[in-house]
Amino acid sequence: MVAPKLVVEGLSISYGGKTVLHDINLEVQENEIFGIIGPANAGKTSFLKAINRMSDFESDMQVSGTIRFNGRDIRTLRNLYAYRSRIGVVFPLPVGLPLTIYENVALAPRLRGVKHRDELDEMVERCLKRAALWEEVKDRLHVLGSLLSGGQQQRLTIARALSQEPELLMLDEFSIAVDPVTTMRIEDVLKELKREITIILVTNLVQQARRLADRTAFFLEGKCVEIAETEALFTGTVQDQRTRDYIEGRFG
Amino acid sequence: MFEATARNRRAQRVQKLYAILFGLMTALLILPVLIILGTLIYKGGSMISIDFLFTEPTNGMTEGGIFPALLGTVWLVSVALLASVPLGVAAAIYLSEYAPDNWLTRAINLAIINLAGVPSIVHALFGVGAFVIFFGFGTSILAASLTLAIMTLPVVIVSTKESLQAVPQAFRVACWNMGATRWQTIRRVVLPNAVSGILTGIILEVSRTTGETAPIMFTGAVFFSPYLPQGIFDQTMALSLHLFVVTTQVPEVPEALPYGVALVLIFLVLLMNSLSIGFRMYLRGKKKW
Repeated sequence: MVAPKLVVEGLSISYGGKTVLHDINLEVQENEIFGIIGPANAGKTSFLKAINRMSDFESDMQVSGTIRFNGRDIRTLRNLYAYRSRIGVVFPLPVGLPLTIYENVALAPRLRGVKHRDELDEMVERCLKRAALWEEVKDRLHVLGSLLSGGQQQRLTIARALSQEPELLMLDEFSIAVDPVTTMRIEDVLKELKREITIILVTNLVQQARRLADRTAFFLEGKCVEIAETEALFTGTVQDQRTRDYIEGRFG
Repeated sequence: MFEATARNRRAQRVQKLYAILFGLMTALLILPVLIILGTLIYKGGSMISIDFLFTEPTNGMTEGGIFPALLGTVWLVSVALLASVPLGVAAAIYLSEYAPDNWLTRAINLAIINLAGVPSIVHALFGVGAFVIFFGFGTSILAASLTLAIMTLPVVIVSTKESLQAVPQAFRVACWNMGATRWQTIRRVVLPNAVSGILTGIILEVSRTTGETAPIMFTGAVFFSPYLPQGIFDQTMALSLHLFVVTTQVPEVPEALPYGVALVLIFLVLLMNSLSIGFRMYLRGKKKW
């Protein structure tokens, strides 16, 4: 069996003494979409922050436990910037940087040191196409990204994440600001991307996890209640009562 | 429906009363500005001419123009800017983007705010001790400008910090998530969007520096100089000090002369302020989020 992409062992996170995540243990396999569902305050977003060590930027956030990426304990990483550049992140609300559409997508390649215009052009086009945005913006690449509509900005954010050429893509409730049709288009993109990269999909849409995720974890109040093959989770073969309640919409 | 009750009517009367009261206060506030400007134009307007601006004072400063003082002010302000802008902007970037939020940073911020409250005459004495005597610059443009620079540093730091902090944190977080270093984030995203505010702050600093008298009168500005300054180690005349001199120190000055000097000085300051306001309006129109 192939070694897992990401191994999380005994991960706990607290903010100034208040624990938001208790003792999480899980593995994410290469080329899988790993879904995380759960109600608000389940610690999903904190979990993502710990993975790319954005926790370093928050002085009151304490992380304990081990996270291994490609087998390497991320606490021992020297070049955190290179590490973060291999992980794309998409937030719930789109963050169009105050740059042109083109520069939004060209930023990550530029940070890597790509300078040639052709190379950048090609990369921008490819990423925008993958994020299902190219057709709408190809004639106005040099207007500000922040002038796009919310849904377009979110696809721009996804294009930007892809421009990092990430090994791991973490989506945090990406579809909140996106209309259903676009959501479906992005979901198709994700299914295709799975062949090349690993995806962690945090979602509050239970059905989205069902459509996309190979395996799904249910987080509740800072604990990982269970992890299972998505189909098993939804058909009820392995199921905790709390998971069943959540999936069937009895709370959360 | 919607008939006013006695209570509604009373609330509306009270509301009108307050609007009038606050409006009056505002009118009271701009009154002095109008009176000052009006008086200056009325009494000194006749002095203003190309000759007045570009010739030297003659006959014991009772006649002639103000060119050496005008040029001296330009020297003083320019050198002060050269010193305070790089220092102030760098310090502001550090405090806003790098410094951890701890007691030391808070103490530094407090110190900067207090520095802004130090009376200008105290800055003057510091300038004499530090630049004129200790560093041995003598009374010179350099010493006077550095004194002005120290005095206006808090303005630059505070306004730069505010412009930096007006850039939404989400932009920084998005960049960091992509693996950008703090500096890459600052250079590519934060600074380009804060530069308007930073420049506005700098222009305001210029206008304040232009009018200061106390900090320069012991450190580099002189009563009268027959020569134009040739470099930063020369002494110079300055508009603000010249105004003080012709108003109080020289006998038999025609009444219009000090008003003319004051008019030039206030015009310079107002020009800077309007530039700053216009600039801000222009850039607000181009705001990117």
